[in-house]
Amino acid sequence: MNAAAAAGPTILEMRSITKEFPGVKALENVNLTVHAGEIHAICGENGAGKSTLMKVLSGVYPFGTYEGDIVYNGEVVRFRDIKQSEHAGIVIIHQELALIPLLSITENIFLGNEPRNRIGAIDWIEAKRRAIELLARVGLQDDPDTLVKDIGVGKQQLVEIAKALNKSVKLLILDEPTAALNESDSQHLLDLLRGLKGRGITSIIISHKLNEIEAVSDSITILRDGKTIETLDVGAGGVDEDRIIRGMVGRTLENRFPERTSTPGEVFFEVRGWTVQHPLAADRLVAKGSSFTVRRGEVVGFAGLMGAGRTELAMSIFGRSYGTYVSGEIIKDGQVLNLRTVGDAIDAGLAYVSEDRKALGLNLLDDIKSSVVAAKLGKIARAGVVDKVAEHNISEEYRKSLRIKTPTVDEGVNKLSGGNQQKVVLARWMFTDPDLLILDEPTRGIDVGAKTEIYGIIRDLAAQGKGVIMISSELPELLGVSDRIYTIFEGAITSEIAAKDADPETLLRGMTSDRTTSKKVTQR
Amino acid sequence: MSDTSTAPKKSGGIRDLGKMFGGTSSAGRQFGILGALIVIIVLFQVLTGGKTLDPNNLINIINGNAYVLVLAVGMVMVIVAGHIDLSVGSVAAFVGIVVAQSMFIWNVPWPVAMVIGLALGAIVGAWQGWWVAYMGVPAFIVTLAGMLFFRGANQFVGNSTTIPVPRDFTFIGGGFLPDPDLGIPFNVPTLILGLLVAAAVVWQEVRLRRNQRRMGAESAPVWVSGVKVGVLLAVVVFATYLFASGRVGTSYPIAGIILGVLVLGYSFLTNNTTIGRHVYAVGGNWRAAELSGVNIRRVNFFVMANMSVLAAVAGMLWIARSVSSGPGDGVGWELDAIAAVFIGGAAVSGGIGTVAGSIVGGLVIAVLNNGLQLLSVGADLVQMIKGLVLLLAVGIDVYSKRQGRPSLIGRMTRRRTTGGDAGDAPQGTQTPTPSQGGAAETARPSDLTPQG
Repeated sequence: MNAAAAAGPTILEMRSITKEFPGVKALENVNLTVHAGEIHAICGENGAGKSTLMKVLSGVYPFGTYEGDIVYNGEVVRFRDIKQSEHAGIVIIHQELALIPLLSITENIFLGNEPRNRIGAIDWIEAKRRAIELLARVGLQDDPDTLVKDIGVGKQQLVEIAKALNKSVKLLILDEPTAALNESDSQHLLDLLRGLKGRGITSIIISHKLNEIEAVSDSITILRDGKTIETLDVGAGGVDEDRIIRGMVGRTLENRFPERTSTPGEVFFEVRGWTVQHPLAADRLVAKGSSFTVRRGEVVGFAGLMGAGRTELAMSIFGRSYGTYVSGEIIKDGQVLNLRTVGDAIDAGLAYVSEDRKALGLNLLDDIKSSVVAAKLGKIARAGVVDKVAEHNISEEYRKSLRIKTPTVDEGVNKLSGGNQQKVVLARWMFTDPDLLILDEPTRGIDVGAKTEIYGIIRDLAAQGKGVIMISSELPELLGVSDRIYTIFEGAITSEIAAKDADPETLLRGMTSDRTTSKKVTQR
Repeated sequence: MSDTSTAPKKSGGIRDLGKMFGGTSSAGRQFGILGALIVIIVLFQVLTGGKTLDPNNLINIINGNAYVLVLAVGMVMVIVAGHIDLSVGSVAAFVGIVVAQSMFIWNVPWPVAMVIGLALGAIVGAWQGWWVAYMGVPAFIVTLAGMLFFRGANQFVGNSTTIPVPRDFTFIGGGFLPDPDLGIPFNVPTLILGLLVAAAVVWQEVRLRRNQRRMGAESAPVWVSGVKVGVLLAVVVFATYLFASGRVGTSYPIAGIILGVLVLGYSFLTNNTTIGRHVYAVGGNWRAAELSGVNIRRVNFFVMANMSVLAAVAGMLWIARSVSSGPGDGVGWELDAIAAVFIGGAAVSGGIGTVAGSIVGGLVIAVLNNGLQLLSVGADLVQMIKGLVLLLAVGIDVYSKRQGRPSLIGRMTRRRTTGGDAGDAPQGTQTPTPSQGGAAETARPSDLTPQG
């Protein structure tokens, strides 16, 4: 069947697509050819440009904001918005579902596209009749009057597809459709895609789960750093996970990591059997019996794809600031800690630098000096009165030692660049004098120069004997900075590798499947 | 980055004057509103032929508005934390009637009655604060309920009648400092008070410069400090002269002294203490505050409870001035207080606002009210003008913010592309704070039912 599909006529051709954001080339001469009636997968690391490419295709980035041609059904198309691309039969289903939780399934399917009766009011009878029909096509037996919030994520995904079918979709784009789904829901969704293919609907699927891609797709296009690397024909054979990973990674490590001689000391921090539930869905575990250790002066990397549960693990350890604790214990310096609040965690010598600097890290209305001292205000306060001179002088010291580029520490943090904001956040946590720093994507969204400076700060912290956990989506960074790396997949720690023995392939294997990989080093 | 490093290096007099009002980002607007206040005063002084700055009129303005300004002090903290309090008028009326009743019917001595009033305010505040902070009910709802409940409670306790207040008690709302006859045409205690304030102004500036030296920061040139202190001293001397030269037996009013103490105390609290910092942190980005170890429930509880205590103070000031407590007291006060806070530069989304700014905002309304009355403008027109002033004050601010954008466009676009508009999100999702925290802290699996 694969050979037949691949031989089908070309439905879509994207030619030399280039898309630039200020300072960043997100896509550079990307080519993509999709044949009618196939399932075409797009693979690449985080930030490789997959989602950007799909946004160009669906008109989220309108014609004129990119270079290159989109040829759809033999014609050059110029979409100005999503409405136009949908009209042409291209429907994109985003990772974050665009459903309204408090409306019913029927209302959601026909939102913005409501059937009308003669007097122009919504024809609910017709809508419901068609909804039942569409739901049958996606294999959903629920009452169409059910509210969307009352059905699981898996079924919500199916409602999205039903919504797309209602728009007489010809080319369906799914961005990480199974990221939030459990095993059986994923399986059902993939079966549905195969069924749609049988009815002539072409699909483009973006996924990090390589086993699923291998199982369902007819061809695979690999992107890396905004460029097309290759297109693999699955039907021709010889394509397996390792082959895909090689295509995704295949780059040389640049020498942008500071030299360091690491001499980790004894294990001082340990987490055992850490299990945490999703805050709203009790049946979903975001951490599944995770255990790990950190030594003094060691940088421990956490590798995992987005949504693997890295942040959830870190935040749940940091004073239960995420999810609902189920079981597990935290041991520091031989003592079991009971960290119920963030305050407890800070007092116990933990620090957590959030991946989302703007939403979770900084008060953007505040100035630099009060941002620096915010996590341990008590340290410079007597009887609850803040010593403003100390506040100024301390933040001034950090401004100098971390080279925060600002004329004065009285400046608002919203005036700083991303890299300098990140330094302010790092200063805040260094000020709490922690023993263990958890850095969640510490270099996200900052430029290369500032990244190198952040790596230098991490090195210095480790040299002072502090333990550092670095969570990152960038494998070169993990390999360049850490001493030891854990891989996380769907909330479970799947492997533990000394950084000197690790390479991107082995890490990606641990990040994309739950089979425990080889090269396990014993650390105890 | 290079563009930021050049810009606001100078900390000259005007910027420092702006800094008198605390915050960095909103200082400009508060400085603007101070200018507006001065313009309004001068305008009415001219229009009324000098009646505005007449000593007795000034005393009237202070005594007649002290209760609203006291409310504004509490309300600015509530609003900075991202909440609102609609119940203050009813709470003030409820406390007022209980205090009046305790003195008039149960013959409780007035100092004890005052303590009862404050305690009652604290209990009411704890009640409302508990609902907001620990139950996660939005403050709008909690205090709307409180507005109804305590209005009813006032009428229940007082039987919908007006209860007189004994003479001893009225000095806090309408009383004056003693006026010994020393043969000079001025009230001596007022002169002493003015001297104290003048000394404080000088000391404050000396302290500021000393701190700047200790910070290794560049101080403004001495002449700038000199001009600044000179201007402030001129204002103090002029005000002292006016208040001291009023009718025999009058002085700077007691209510004004109570207000002054509260303003100073709460300015210090909001600027210099950990709890004050936490209020701004929660209002600016409660999730970031939570992840920095701030106990956001305690902060929310504090601001709500504190507001009701200040409402109790306002209620007592009012019954002392009007010499009785009645069922119609405090109607609409919450709106006056909220208007004062917003005219004074607070942000609707929380995180921005200062005590001093709110007082200036309240004075703008007060002087406007008073001036229009002196000009015999009817109550109907006064209301219309007040409405327009509120809209204009906030409207001009919003407009200038939007106009300010092009000059900052470089920085703005850079931020937009890297982080999207995530920075706006936390403000929008202010209200569900406690419920969020509640879900996260639930330790038992059995409690975990998805609650949307």
